[in-house]
Amino acid sequence: MKFIDEFRRKDLVQAVVRRLRELAAPAVIMEVCGTHTMSAARFGLKSLLPEPVKLISGPGCPVCVTDQYDLDKFLALGDQPHTVLASFGDMLRVPGTHTSLEKQRAQGADVRFVYAPLDAVDLARREPDKQVVFFGVGFETTMPTTALALKSAGASGLDNFTLFCVHKTMPAALRALLDSGEIKVSGLLLPGHVTTIIGSEAYEFIPRDFGVPGAVTGFEPLDILLGVEAILRQLVEGRPRVDNVYPRAVQVQANPQAMALLEEVFEPDDALWRGLGVIPGSGVRIRDRYRHFDARTRFAPILAQVPPPPPSACRCGEVLRGVLPPKQCPLFDKACNPSHPLGPCMVSGEGACAAVYRYER
Amino acid sequence: MNNTENRKQKTENRVLLSHGAGGKEMATLIERVFLNCYGPPDYAGDDSATLELGAHRLAFTTDSFVVDPLFFPGGDIGRLAVAGTVNDLLTAAARPLVLSASFIIEEGLEIEVLSRIAASMEETAREAGVAIVTGDTKVVPKGAADKVFITTAGLGLVLKEGVSGAAVRPGDAILLTGSVGDHGAAVMLAREKLLEGASMESDAAPLTELVINLLQAGVDVHAMRDPTRGGVAAALNEIARQSRVSMEIQEDQVPVKPAVAAVCEALGLDAFQVANEGKMLIFVAPQDALKALALAQQSPYGREARIIGEVGSGLPGRVTVRTVIGTARILDPPMGELLPRIC
Repeated sequence: MKFIDEFRRKDLVQAVVRRLRELAAPAVIMEVCGTHTMSAARFGLKSLLPEPVKLISGPGCPVCVTDQYDLDKFLALGDQPHTVLASFGDMLRVPGTHTSLEKQRAQGADVRFVYAPLDAVDLARREPDKQVVFFGVGFETTMPTTALALKSAGASGLDNFTLFCVHKTMPAALRALLDSGEIKVSGLLLPGHVTTIIGSEAYEFIPRDFGVPGAVTGFEPLDILLGVEAILRQLVEGRPRVDNVYPRAVQVQANPQAMALLEEVFEPDDALWRGLGVIPGSGVRIRDRYRHFDARTRFAPILAQVPPPPPSACRCGEVLRGVLPPKQCPLFDKACNPSHPLGPCMVSGEGACAAVYRYER
Repeated sequence: MNNTENRKQKTENRVLLSHGAGGKEMATLIERVFLNCYGPPDYAGDDSATLELGAHRLAFTTDSFVVDPLFFPGGDIGRLAVAGTVNDLLTAAARPLVLSASFIIEEGLEIEVLSRIAASMEETAREAGVAIVTGDTKVVPKGAADKVFITTAGLGLVLKEGVSGAAVRPGDAILLTGSVGDHGAAVMLAREKLLEGASMESDAAPLTELVINLLQAGVDVHAMRDPTRGGVAAALNEIARQSRVSMEIQEDQVPVKPAVAAVCEALGLDAFQVANEGKMLIFVAPQDALKALALAQQSPYGREARIIGEVGSGLPGRVTVRTVIGTARILDPPMGELLPRIC
């Protein structure tokens, strides 16, 4: 497959691995994006890195950083009559406090999985006697598609479609993570897909304010190794910056059409992250013009009855902050496994624990 | 019991779609409910039971089909219902003889649809060398079933004794008769109407000719499994556990059609975990590996056959993949519901 096979070529991979050996110095590099984590595990990349170079997982799994309270509220709407819970398939098995979408469905809730937010709008059009609530999970990569869905619902004047918005934005979260100083990272593999929307310029503050190298990185094995190389080179040169090793998809500037869509539909807001708490400016809310599509507004009385989640044994929060490697979690592969997940990191397709369980156990 | 516990109890005690996905959850359900009540004492975890009858040994199996949509590129529920049971008999190294076919039909189904399904079953049975000799028909009120569900059972005559998922030995070659993921990808595209314009066909096919050729040529086959739900990943893991062996698979030897690879990339699926309905994994004594490969490639359904890996004596149950870039990773069976109603 074009743009894939050439980034899985063994000879090219080996050439980069040789260069990494020459650059090798102690370094802790965070894969910001869950897709990096999954790809690195699936291709066994850790075994190719020189000994002093460590990869750790970060907060870039949108399903994982969705706060328990938000998930509980969305799940509670499934108990309402004539209500359809529409979601991406990744959320299926993520445990809420009492239930999950999978279990809600087995108990009779109307749960539908969609591949795109516009599909949820189509669903609302086809079934006018149902209230369709779409769970908007994801970073900047998926937000424009949700924005399109709201515009489409608006154009049709639908009164049976709402968005439960838990979208999050990456730069503010990275700033919060680096600000906390909880974990010392030598460099960041920055999320390639998010950056196709926001442009690599969005990360200039990372080298400038924190002196930390960054590399916008794609998702094939060669991409990830090139990202590691770029960071090691910046460390050797002592010149942190944001390199773009994913030029086939990413530019310095943001994608103007996508940004215009986001601007029209959403405005910046504080957001609640699992494990990170409330981060100012790291989320969005629906603008007044589209507020009638906001599930948090339409169903406010029901949502107000959902109690905050009790403390849980789950340590996904620490995994998402990069301070607890999955295998060091006392629950990993014991109380918590993919059949009985205690938290999202074990079941999301981008979860750090799922990656280790599936490929590196 | 307080409310929270009560509610939890209720969800833990229900069947979920993932219990039918062919992975770990299904194995747990089968153990907990069925084996617990009536499992045969010599239950080995194979796709067919084998029974002593006079001088003969018979293979006996059954399978239900609930695929949605009923017709998809490359096949239909009728072709699946015959090929699936035939292939399960073949895994016991048995020549398939006769099938039964039972229908649960939803009120309102067009008779023409049923006729097309029956014609497809007849055609597939002829190709597979079996006769459909008995059956049953039930009609349920609208909504009590979806269009039509079919159950087939089959009897076969065992040609080679001892072929079982539990009979694999270190050193055995692992032969795969063709590309992976074709059926799952084709059904999903047909159902979800994704990637319109992409051409993709299910591999649904009875493998009688291919398997019987190998057996008649005296190839020392130790085990066979048709990698349906859960794909090659589930089948390899089952056999590794049954035989308490390890396996190493060479990723670059496993054929994946470009269109299937593209669908998997786009949807985040692993082609190793996607269902096949016309493929066989065959575990062969090492000295017979090349002979088996050559024979398989002579069959119309085995042209793309490859030796994809080898059985080892490492950690029992551990299946690893040597990736295209030369690293190693675990090949875990799929968890959860990948695609319901795929077969």
